[in-house]
Amino acid sequence: MNQPAAHAVDKRQTRSRTADWSRFRSVKLPLMLMTVPFFILVLVFAYVPIFGWIMAFQDYFPGKGMFTQPMVGFKHFERMFEDGEFYRALRNTLVLSFLGLIVSPAPMALALLLNEVRRKWFRKTIQIITSFPNFISWIIVFSIFFAFFSVEDGVINKLFLDLGIWKNPSNILADPNAAWIFQTLVGLWKGLGWGAIIYLAALAGIDQELYEAARVDGANRFREAWHISLPGMLPTFVVLFILGIGGMLNGGGFEQMFTFSNPMVVEKLDNLDTYVYRTGLQGIAFSYATAVGLAKSLVSILLLLGANAISKRINGSSVL
Amino acid sequence: MSSLSGKTFTVLNYVFLAILGILCFYPFYFIIVYSLSDPKAVLSSPGYLFPKGFTLVNYETIFSQNDVLRPFFISVSRTLAGTALTLIGCAMFAYGLTKKATPMRKFMYVVLVFTMYISAGLIPGYLLIKELHMLNTFWVYIIPGMINAFFLILIKTFFEQLPAELEEAALIEGAGYFRIFWSLVVPLSKPILATIAIFAAVGQWNSWMDNLLYNSSQSLLTLQFMLLKFLQTQSYSMKDAAMMAALGQEAFNITPQSIRMAITVIVIFPVLAVYPFLQRYFVKGIMIGAVKG
Repeated sequence: MNQPAAHAVDKRQTRSRTADWSRFRSVKLPLMLMTVPFFILVLVFAYVPIFGWIMAFQDYFPGKGMFTQPMVGFKHFERMFEDGEFYRALRNTLVLSFLGLIVSPAPMALALLLNEVRRKWFRKTIQIITSFPNFISWIIVFSIFFAFFSVEDGVINKLFLDLGIWKNPSNILADPNAAWIFQTLVGLWKGLGWGAIIYLAALAGIDQELYEAARVDGANRFREAWHISLPGMLPTFVVLFILGIGGMLNGGGFEQMFTFSNPMVVEKLDNLDTYVYRTGLQGIAFSYATAVGLAKSLVSILLLLGANAISKRINGSSVL
Repeated sequence: MSSLSGKTFTVLNYVFLAILGILCFYPFYFIIVYSLSDPKAVLSSPGYLFPKGFTLVNYETIFSQNDVLRPFFISVSRTLAGTALTLIGCAMFAYGLTKKATPMRKFMYVVLVFTMYISAGLIPGYLLIKELHMLNTFWVYIIPGMINAFFLILIKTFFEQLPAELEEAALIEGAGYFRIFWSLVVPLSKPILATIAIFAAVGQWNSWMDNLLYNSSQSLLTLQFMLLKFLQTQSYSMKDAAMMAALGQEAFNITPQSIRMAITVIVIFPVLAVYPFLQRYFVKGIMIGAVKG
């Protein structure tokens, strides 16, 4: 009597094992094929390099394996704190980021102004024109500013000299005293229009009845802007501001500072990213540059978490 | 708003916005005009509104030079290949991540999102590319950046909003996941895929840092990077003689400035031509991203 039962169990097990395999083949396998190869790409290119952080604690000699290098502890970090150029890069980074944060409300102002425009075609046209510079590379930005401001044949120089407004040409691209402000303005030229579009999207999300109620109460457009529009844009601004604090150590970014840099202006525009590039890849000090990069990444994460925590405490909003 | 201060504000607003528009528009216009002008004629005073001595010689010179044709070819190739692979990779991965049956689904997603916040840095990245023997290859422009967390999140969000009944019906009829993906989900997702394609294409076209870091070979120069080198060597010394020599007899008719302008126009032209029409896709993409992120 046990025989038939055992037999039946066997058959059921065999059948379900076949069913398992065919279900695996038709369900799990295709899904895995769709995801795992790309996941491996992500692991390889985004996470494996993190193991490279160990170089910051070694004296890296190319050619030997990563894990057979001599360990030197915090030697490179100590060197970092003793390097004048590092402090210079740090200073430039902080100044440029700080200036960037100062002008960060500008897109909000532009959004408000654009919002007041009744003629749709005018508003759309200005939107398209002003947001275009956001989609060209920094090399093009440099090419354009060079065409206008270069000391030899820049348009501005030619024009003002010909008209007699200036006696001497201005070499603003090579002027270290103007560099910080000039680069901030360049960044503004590139990003203002697109930033305004982001805020216009936020404005579009505000309940129109608020405006009608305000108008009934006799508020003029400035009041409306101050009491309704601005608070409507504030959440977006806060998020961007927090992300901006987290990005404090980017100081304008590698691309902008690399393209606009020249020997006269490098003392003001060399930021941490270009510093790491110069010392690490051009100067082949792999371990040292890795140490600086590591420090930068860690501090940035701390800044982001810190700014986020403060924001949570103040008004309950969080970015992460 | 018909009060005096209201009218004044409106007028001032329009004027201010118009000036802003000119500031953003005129530089591009000027460069195009200059590139279409006779090089010698504009040396002393350029045409501010119209080309002086309309000519195509700058462009003819450029397109006859391998120094520009090859980078142009590289840039176009990487834009096409990179956009296609990025689109396929991100869409497929996103689709897999929307299916509950996918193994390790949540883990993979978290790992992916994390990549937006941490970066290993320049040097470890360089050494990885070196170890993978991807230095001085065309594929270094495409493979490392293929899976982009931001794009993936946008696509995944869109997929999740598609009605589930359609897929369920297809599954019941025995269709496999690949079939469903290609024949059902992808055609329905044209809006988001178009948006991602545009972002990816612009990103590829504008990309030059990977050229700087990983590829030193002349034959792998991208158009952007070639322009940068051209700008930087011309900026601080009058190396006209060297450039003239490279360009041969045409040298008597052209100037470095005109060539710079023409190359710049070529580099911006694809984006410039397409942007006014596609701008709303960029905006849409950001809006979806903002809601989700």
